[in-house]
Amino acid sequence: MTFLETVRTAFTAVMARKMRSALTMLGILIGIASVMLTVGLGQGAQQQITSQINKLGSNLIIVNSGANSSLTVSNAAGAAAANNRTRFTTPLTLNDAAALANPTADPDILLVAPVTTTTATAAYGSNSESTSVVGTTPAWADVTARTMTSGRFFTTSESNAGSMVAVIGSTTATNLFGTGTVIGNSVTISGQSFTVIGILNSVGTTLTGNGDDQIVIPAGTYAQRFSTSSNMNTVSTILLEAKDKDSLSAALQEATNTMYVMHNVTPAAPDFTVSSQQALVNTIGSLTTILTALLSGIAAISLLVGGIGVMNIMLVSVTERIREIGLRKALGARPSIIMLQFLVEASMLGLMGGALGIGLGVVAGSILSKAINYPVIISFAATSLALAVSLFIGIVAGVYPAWRAAKLAPIDALRNE
Amino acid sequence: MTAIVELSEVHKTYKSGTITFEALRGISVSVAEGEYIAITGPSGSGKSTLMNILGCLDTPTEGSYLLGGEDVSSMTETDLALVRNKRIGFVFQQFNLLRSMTAQRNVELPLMYAGVHATERHALAREALERVGLGDRTHHRPGELSGGQQQRACIARALVTNPDIILADEPTGNLDSVSTHDVLSLLHELHDQGRTIVLITHEHEVALEAQRQVQILDGLLTEGMRAA
Repeated sequence: MTFLETVRTAFTAVMARKMRSALTMLGILIGIASVMLTVGLGQGAQQQITSQINKLGSNLIIVNSGANSSLTVSNAAGAAAANNRTRFTTPLTLNDAAALANPTADPDILLVAPVTTTTATAAYGSNSESTSVVGTTPAWADVTARTMTSGRFFTTSESNAGSMVAVIGSTTATNLFGTGTVIGNSVTISGQSFTVIGILNSVGTTLTGNGDDQIVIPAGTYAQRFSTSSNMNTVSTILLEAKDKDSLSAALQEATNTMYVMHNVTPAAPDFTVSSQQALVNTIGSLTTILTALLSGIAAISLLVGGIGVMNIMLVSVTERIREIGLRKALGARPSIIMLQFLVEASMLGLMGGALGIGLGVVAGSILSKAINYPVIISFAATSLALAVSLFIGIVAGVYPAWRAAKLAPIDALRNE
Repeated sequence: MTAIVELSEVHKTYKSGTITFEALRGISVSVAEGEYIAITGPSGSGKSTLMNILGCLDTPTEGSYLLGGEDVSSMTETDLALVRNKRIGFVFQQFNLLRSMTAQRNVELPLMYAGVHATERHALAREALERVGLGDRTHHRPGELSGGQQQRACIARALVTNPDIILADEPTGNLDSVSTHDVLSLLHELHDQGRTIVLITHEHEVALEAQRQVQILDGLLTEGMRAA
């Protein structure tokens, strides 16, 4: 008996009991579909987050003030020490930014953009809105990979001079100016008048907030007009761009070393954090992976239940078909052939359920994706894995029933009424 | 004539807990090639046990069984399956045709287990069905055939592998008189063509169809047949 004939025999047996086979497959179907969906959602989320982080700019390094390490405080003295450390954390300044831009000490850092942010009310005529105001240098546009849809970004001389010019996001432009002329008009920010010289391209919502609703002004202007710190040169974040992907880790190291010198701190007690965008991608990537694995694990429980269903039905099937098994044995079927026949039958239930489950997963995924406006990615790898898993479940569920069938004595099987 | 079946001093003992039951108590019989023999006996006589051993569905506890010169008395189930496939053609009281398959596919079943190629298999099965007069019923399922036709399909299945013996266990037990006559004359024809047939029955008239009768009673065999 060839394998193809065994498959044909199994298919005939599955089809001979359509309702029962369909219900058995349903268990596997639901399990595979839910795993496909959770994995699809997880991969979608990962892609979404990665693309959002990438919107921040390529080869980006972020310098923040304050140590990132969490302090475990077990007593009052420890708490006091921790408080002291926090109190004396040196803020980032424009001097730090200038030092990081030094090509001799930091050859792998291409661009430096100090960033300070506040929230202010912007108004034009009778329109006004609360928006975020960013003070930075011209390098910001390159570091964060922003382009202009119209007008231009401010220049270094405008930045240094503290010119009253502003570049605004597309949403801000619509909110304040509607469909009217934007470039050349004046916008009032916290009572101070700025000339709008450019509109930024639309990037949508990024991890740092709505990239389309913000006003970007020169760092010098920001320091003079908006700084709330005792030191006008204080900035909240310094964004760096490494020369290329390969020099990213070198740039990270150079930035860290420069900051040690600038802030006069040791690696044991840093008062700043240097992190790369890649590290952020990796962290969030591993987070979504863990979350996806967890959810898939829950979904996989239904697969287990489905597998038990297959096993149960196969056991019933063996009992019901005792005479058939006896006859096949009498006619010369070796125990191994009988074993294979029932194994193939169980795998067929698993595989068919799996294939239908993938179908359902794909359909439900595309519906869900449209409904919640979020990508659901059903990858080829996930699909093949799902098929393999359903086949595996079928085989595992089939082993015991098939073994029972194979070891039946032909006389007992034939005698059974 | 060479003996195709050679049973000597065959015992079969069943154990169930502390109770042992000796179903066969030393049976010796030989069946020559081309012989048509009937084994009769009332129920409980050990008839079914003997039939199971003759059919290689079970092995004797003691004694030897040579089938076509091959000792089959202590073979493993896997080897016995091969022997059954090659040497024995079964005809059952209940026909035992698979309901989901056509007559043709049912007849092909033993050839499938023998590993015969599909084309040859189809031809052999059709030939066997024509031989038993079911040439026009090859694509009917058992449910669409009468009892007599089903039994003839069963005989075709027994013939198709060209076995050493045909073992018919109460072949007419489920048939009306017309079909009984039909099946018995078919067995006669097969015997006339040189087939070795072992017929197991409890009916005297049926047993008388055979060349030679043996009777089993309380696990022992006697030649001839006692009057009812």
